[in-house]
Amino acid sequence: MIQVNQLSKKYNGTTVLNIENLEIPKGQSFGLVGNNGAGKTTFFSLLLDLIQPTTGYINNNDIQVNTSENWKSFTGSFLDESFLIGYLTPEEYFYFIGDLRNQNKADVDALLAEHEEFFNGEILKNKKYLRDLSKGNQKKVGIIATLIGNPEVVILDEPFANLDPTTVSRLKKIIKDLADNPNVTVLVSSHDLQHTVEVCDRIVALNKGEIVKDIQTSKETLQELETFFAV
Amino acid sequence: MIKKFIYLEWKAFTRSASFGTNLAMKILIGFLMAYFSVCFIAVGVLLFYGLKEMNLDPFVTINKFLIYYLLFDLLVRLLMQAIPVLNIKPLLVLPFKKPTIVHFSLGKTALSFFNWVHALFFIPFSVVLIMEGYDVLSVICWNLAIFSLIYINNFLNIILSNIDKLFVVFVVLILGLGAAQYYKLFDVTVFTTPFFLGLYAKKALFLIPFLILIGLYAFTFKYFKNNLFLDAGLSKKEDIAKTENLVWLNQFGTLGTFLKNDIKLIKRNKRSKTTILMSVLFLFYGLIFFANSHQPPVMHIFAGIFVSGGFLFVFGQFVPSWDSSYYQLMMTQNIPYRGYITSKWWLVVIATAVSTVLASFYLFYGLETYLTIVVGAIYNIGVNSHLVLLGGAFTKTPIDLSAASGAFGDKKAFNVNAMLLTLPKLLLPLLLYWIGLHFGDKTVALTLVAGAGVLGFIFRNKVFSLIEKRYKVEKYSTIQAYKQKN
Repeated sequence: MIQVNQLSKKYNGTTVLNIENLEIPKGQSFGLVGNNGAGKTTFFSLLLDLIQPTTGYINNNDIQVNTSENWKSFTGSFLDESFLIGYLTPEEYFYFIGDLRNQNKADVDALLAEHEEFFNGEILKNKKYLRDLSKGNQKKVGIIATLIGNPEVVILDEPFANLDPTTVSRLKKIIKDLADNPNVTVLVSSHDLQHTVEVCDRIVALNKGEIVKDIQTSKETLQELETFFAV
Repeated sequence: MIKKFIYLEWKAFTRSASFGTNLAMKILIGFLMAYFSVCFIAVGVLLFYGLKEMNLDPFVTINKFLIYYLLFDLLVRLLMQAIPVLNIKPLLVLPFKKPTIVHFSLGKTALSFFNWVHALFFIPFSVVLIMEGYDVLSVICWNLAIFSLIYINNFLNIILSNIDKLFVVFVVLILGLGAAQYYKLFDVTVFTTPFFLGLYAKKALFLIPFLILIGLYAFTFKYFKNNLFLDAGLSKKEDIAKTENLVWLNQFGTLGTFLKNDIKLIKRNKRSKTTILMSVLFLFYGLIFFANSHQPPVMHIFAGIFVSGGFLFVFGQFVPSWDSSYYQLMMTQNIPYRGYITSKWWLVVIATAVSTVLASFYLFYGLETYLTIVVGAIYNIGVNSHLVLLGGAFTKTPIDLSAASGAFGDKKAFNVNAMLLTLPKLLLPLLLYWIGLHFGDKTVALTLVAGAGVLGFIFRNKVFSLIEKRYKVEKYSTIQAYKQKN
């Protein structure tokens, strides 16, 4: 589904990301772990064509992301709060995204009903604009909004951060369900090794922009990663 | 302690987004500030002689209208002057004493543009008074009193700024008093003029406003100190949200989706709401030109463009910066640029059309005057609407929608870039109009300008493609620029 070729990103001569080759097959749930500054968000930003690569390119379903925009119709993403429109209510935001992805109100309502438990009664019909929601609740809105329109690729940057324990376990279930769908490729980044190991089939660790580990998840994975990051 | 604050303020000032632009910009800002200062000073000096020439006693006249001056000042402050509350948060947990923090942030407002700008008028005016033989000590006392009143306004603004509706109350008050005076129903100046004159006649009288000022400062200080908690004075005001679906816009497809969003954008953010107000003010701009026969005829088209172009200049200028806080989202969604730009274009066009209809009261000045405005509107729709959108691709100033105040304000010295971008939009029609007047008559001139507008409209699709291309080229640097919050 996603092919990375000779991709690198340099800022003023400093290389922040350098991936020779990476292939993420369709249906995989892919976890990206690493310390601050490892290049996780840079990679996702490149994948979403928000920044330009210094060299190389990324193909998303055989569409080169920085030359064509056709990948947008099947890719859902949430990187941070700047993906939210502060002056809308959560409902209006969902419908707005729905409109852009050719989903009618009923489709969106159905999706929202499905995730009512995840919202925990704090999102819908709460008479609050997105800008006035807490960080955690904003995140919930952003994550569910990526699922509107049944995207084939779902990209979530640090989805577990800022969430309460109950929501984290609910989110894991949502991501696992997505991962079980053979048509959906999920990309998740996190600082939290345990969460990532739990929801992903495959884990790639980045360090200073380079891939340092690429493992299929097994019982020993967590141990292996913990040893690697324990310095 | 205070030294530390000053250090922070200096850093905040030199690193603010509006100041941080390139050198040429800084020089230009400096130049403009100098220019406006000279203008104010000139008014201060010349007003005395101007009024004298009109056979009015300058000093009495000034005192007569002082009440309106002060009320209007308060109105402008309520609209534009930012209160310095938000910067306090990071200081609370540091070893600063609370009174120091409050004194400092209140003291900071005293240095605001909105206070010292008055000095530019009153001081030269007072110098003239003294030169014309008015008593020095009395003039000084009068000045002290006036500045006490101005600072009373400053602190009133701080206390009252949380009440949105007050603005309307003051507008009604000023208009009401003005109208009552004009129609000779009730003249407020009858009561206020003796007081203001008294400030000069009886020197000690200046103590009244001065003492009120001190009292008000003490009150504001206490109020702030008691509210210096995150859940009290420092809390953000949360609006009660109402979900609006605006279903009637659905029939316009993608265009409707964006229009829905833009309407909410304008309605729900203070910064964008002021653009509507500004557009209304622009409507009356023509009065200066059409009511005044001293202006050269070429300037009529200038007014014609401005009257209907308020929204275009104040809102359109900042497309796509209005969407800056969530620009990344827009760039990852399945959004055709064309749809996005078209929706903004329609918004500008609708606003221009509405302004033109509202401006029909200019028919009072004759059909020809209104025709000038209509021609201006045609030009705005045909040419300027495209120019603002094109200019938007280069603007790249992130707009913090949550910011309580915009336009002027302490943090963002008013946006000179925006004003400069306005100039080319006015020069071209001015030139066309001038050519028309020079080689023909007014009809030819108007036809030329309107023709340019119609031409722009005909080539709309071509121009849109061009704008679209420009937006795509600028995409990455725009995203980069919008990430840098102020």
